[in-house]
Amino acid sequence: MVDRIADPWGPRTPYGPGDRWPVRVDSFLADGHTEADVQRWVPSASILHSNGDAMDIAVVDDRIVGVRGRAGDRINHGRVDPKDLYGWQANHSPDRLRRPLVREGDRLVETDWDTAMGRIVARSKELLDGPGGWGHFGFYTSGQLFLEEYYTLGVIGKAGLGTPHMDGNTRLCTATAAAALKASFGTDGQPGSYTDVDHCDAIALWGHNVAETQTVLWMRMLDRRRGPNPPAMLAVDPRATPVAREADVHLALRNGTNLALLNGLLRELIRRGWYDEEYVRAHTVGFDELCKVVEDYPVAKVAEICDLPARQIEQAAELLGQSQRLLSTVLQGFYQSNQATAAACQVNNLHLIRGMIGRPGAGIYQMNGQPTAQNNRECGADGDLPGLRNWENPEHVAELARLWNVEVDTIPHWAPPTHAMQIFRYAEQGSIKLLWISATNPAVSLPDLARVRRILTKPELFLVVQDLFLTETAELADVVLPAATWGEKTGTFTSVDRTVHISDKAVDPPGEARPDLDIFLDYARRMDFRDSDGAPLIKWSDPESAFEAWQECSRGRPCDYTAITYERLRAGGIQWPCTEERPDGTERLYTDGVFNTDPDYCESYGHDLATGAELLPDEYRAKEPRGRAFLHATPYQPSPEVPSDDYPLLLTTGRTVYQFHTRTKTGRAPQLAHAAPEAWVELSPADAGPLGVGEGDLVRVESPRGAVRARARICGVRPGVVFLPFHYGYWDAAGPAGPGPGAAGGGRHDRAANELTVTAWDPVSKQPIFKVAAVRVVKEADSGGRPSPAPTVGGSAPPEGSGIPATVGGPAAEAPSRGE
Amino acid sequence: MHLSHYLGLLHKAQARLGDAFTEVGAAHRDEPDVFHTCGRLAAQCREHAEKLAPFARRYAEDAPAEPDRLHSELFSGTRSGGLGLLRDLQDLYLMAAECDICWTVVGQAAYGARDTDLLAVVKSCEQETAIQLKWLRTRMKQAAPQALVVAE
Repeated sequence: MVDRIADPWGPRTPYGPGDRWPVRVDSFLADGHTEADVQRWVPSASILHSNGDAMDIAVVDDRIVGVRGRAGDRINHGRVDPKDLYGWQANHSPDRLRRPLVREGDRLVETDWDTAMGRIVARSKELLDGPGGWGHFGFYTSGQLFLEEYYTLGVIGKAGLGTPHMDGNTRLCTATAAAALKASFGTDGQPGSYTDVDHCDAIALWGHNVAETQTVLWMRMLDRRRGPNPPAMLAVDPRATPVAREADVHLALRNGTNLALLNGLLRELIRRGWYDEEYVRAHTVGFDELCKVVEDYPVAKVAEICDLPARQIEQAAELLGQSQRLLSTVLQGFYQSNQATAAACQVNNLHLIRGMIGRPGAGIYQMNGQPTAQNNRECGADGDLPGLRNWENPEHVAELARLWNVEVDTIPHWAPPTHAMQIFRYAEQGSIKLLWISATNPAVSLPDLARVRRILTKPELFLVVQDLFLTETAELADVVLPAATWGEKTGTFTSVDRTVHISDKAVDPPGEARPDLDIFLDYARRMDFRDSDGAPLIKWSDPESAFEAWQECSRGRPCDYTAITYERLRAGGIQWPCTEERPDGTERLYTDGVFNTDPDYCESYGHDLATGAELLPDEYRAKEPRGRAFLHATPYQPSPEVPSDDYPLLLTTGRTVYQFHTRTKTGRAPQLAHAAPEAWVELSPADAGPLGVGEGDLVRVESPRGAVRARARICGVRPGVVFLPFHYGYWDAAGPAGPGPGAAGGGRHDRAANELTVTAWDPVSKQPIFKVAAVRVVKEADSGGRPSPAPTVGGSAPPEGSGIPATVGGPAAEAPSRGE
Repeated sequence: MHLSHYLGLLHKAQARLGDAFTEVGAAHRDEPDVFHTCGRLAAQCREHAEKLAPFARRYAEDAPAEPDRLHSELFSGTRSGGLGLLRDLQDLYLMAAECDICWTVVGQAAYGARDTDLLAVVKSCEQETAIQLKWLRTRMKQAAPQALVVAE
């Protein structure tokens, strides 16, 4: 038995390059159940991070009692993240929403579905009636719905209402991954495969604390590191995360300077001849311009901008330049930071100039943080057209119009789809009057929360929230729709490496809660959306028929699902594209060095990375890409907010291994909640000393936008930088620090990291900048000998010998792990 | 040689565009992308003006008197609201377009004068002006339907 709270990564199973990653089956069954008394195992995969780990749900007497990793699945070989081992228990929480709620004055009261949907439909019809009616609607979804739900909502929004105002919280998490993939390779879609870990000889983690965000992927990396001929490892992160501690070279750079670092590293690689001239010539466009831009970034200058020792930058360049099979992974340290898309593109550039793409071990993971973010991008419930189509390509839009049998101009394609921050801005200005939020919690997860609360509580905004619980956002709604979740509904979703899994319904949802798909279908039916022939616009009625409709939409596009069936998925994950010609799916893209940059096929005609200015179709054609990838280059610019005399420190936010998103589920799983019950503040000893702050002291972190109170953990974050976990909102805040249940707009708000973050975003991906804000720290009270609630596992680990009791789960967290 | 007059025209147009970017950015602070991008582009315009200054001085030495009505006024202050944002961006667009065509004209003159130094400045700056135009166009395209058809 393993206490997977004390040891989130479990026992090692070392292996060598090219070997198969050994199987290790993790499971956790609660309430004294054993595998022998499980009546049904229902196929599923993780919905609490983006790794895509496959598992079976254990059912006894129509109740979920646990989970077990799927030994045969290509992604996890049986392993399960602790969030998944324990997180399912939240399904059973007594505070699940069981009936719809509607606002009566300042209260939400229970009602029936007819009343709740009736109010939404009445308001919708009222708003839709008149020119520009489409513009009053905004939809803000999630990275946790299923493919079928995104696709259905995408058709409702784009062909039913005709609104471009649709996005997901994937904008906060994965928009830059999509933007960088489109910019470099022509379309979205991850080039590599998780099996690249098995083959690589170097791993570079660019702002990616994979140990805490995707623990199973980290297990795979750790198992390679403990085996023969282990891969070298480079970590770029201002914090001493488990990844940074493991790495051979750790660049603890100043937040917001990623692009300067990458420009400098590329310059070193080019100057030292560590690039593949032939590959560059045959398969890329823009090398000369790249050389010209990075030439301005000699190591000494980069060392100064990033505040790093020059020698470390050279070591990193050597590690990258001398590898033969380099695997790169990129996540929020880049995506939620300054010049996000430009920096992520520089990682693509690094692989392109070294010819490190399309073969085993030479992979790039432009990661997702949210588990079903990839589907939101593919299916068009975020700011994209379904099937990775190009909104500027009239033929692509016409294809959709034919598929849906609607007028071309119904489909919004006159400008880029509205991104999340702009949707909230339109709501702030009053032109969006109905905002429908599903499966996400912007009242905790968006930047500058005081502003977000002002927007969501505007009396003239009709707010619909669809979720499992009365979240901080749902408390502010006019109508709350109780949704079913993972284990209570059927659907599919796709992991970072294009592996599609099915998650089958195991049990019924509580009370009158409904699958999100059923809710969207019900809305479409009540709105009576019609196609050009007067037939119902939505022609499907359940998950499988929705999936089949999506297959047709994906046909011939890079994410072609046409040979994937529900039946096949029940046997295990399959990577798209999967067609008659490629019935087993596709492990790696671009194996022939031919990219999706053909003007008639590509998903975007490109942007200027510094301003986000769109390039015109003719300009794109003039580049004559002919299947070659683009090398983009941009000079470094400081972040919109940098430290000042008043706010001398830099704030960065991030995750703990024990929580997901705003803890809607993980905060209700006892083992996870106990492991990381409260927010904390990380300070380096160099900053804590002069502030007179010791371990466990209560401090106030202030930015121009708000203040957060939490206890300090003195640990390995870089000097000048303050870290806050972003998971913590107010629904379970104890005592006077929280607004208490039912407090809508009022109450004290001093717990969520996003009280402090800045409203600013990357010009191309529109991803908010969470990782760079200027703050000051003030001590409020002594610890009284009590250490901070920060876990001793992960990035918040205290220095050795600190005497702080270790984070453990005890008997309640014991979970078996068994080998083959 | 009249080149100095066009250099002066472009120099002033760049300086005014820089100031206008700053003003429009500040007036629309609640649109953070507009605010931040305008700030960056204002700095870019001032750099352009600085790069032109030595050439303006050099060519002024053998220039006849400046003719009348060479300069035009394209910006007279900002507006507020969604419609105001569109109009302000449109002012910037016209000012940037004036710079853009001036770069073309000055570039042609640089060829004629066999001035490779001036030509190098033109070539680098006119690209940045072209991007400014594209950004303004992109942002206006995005804002127009909501501001003109949906907002009350």
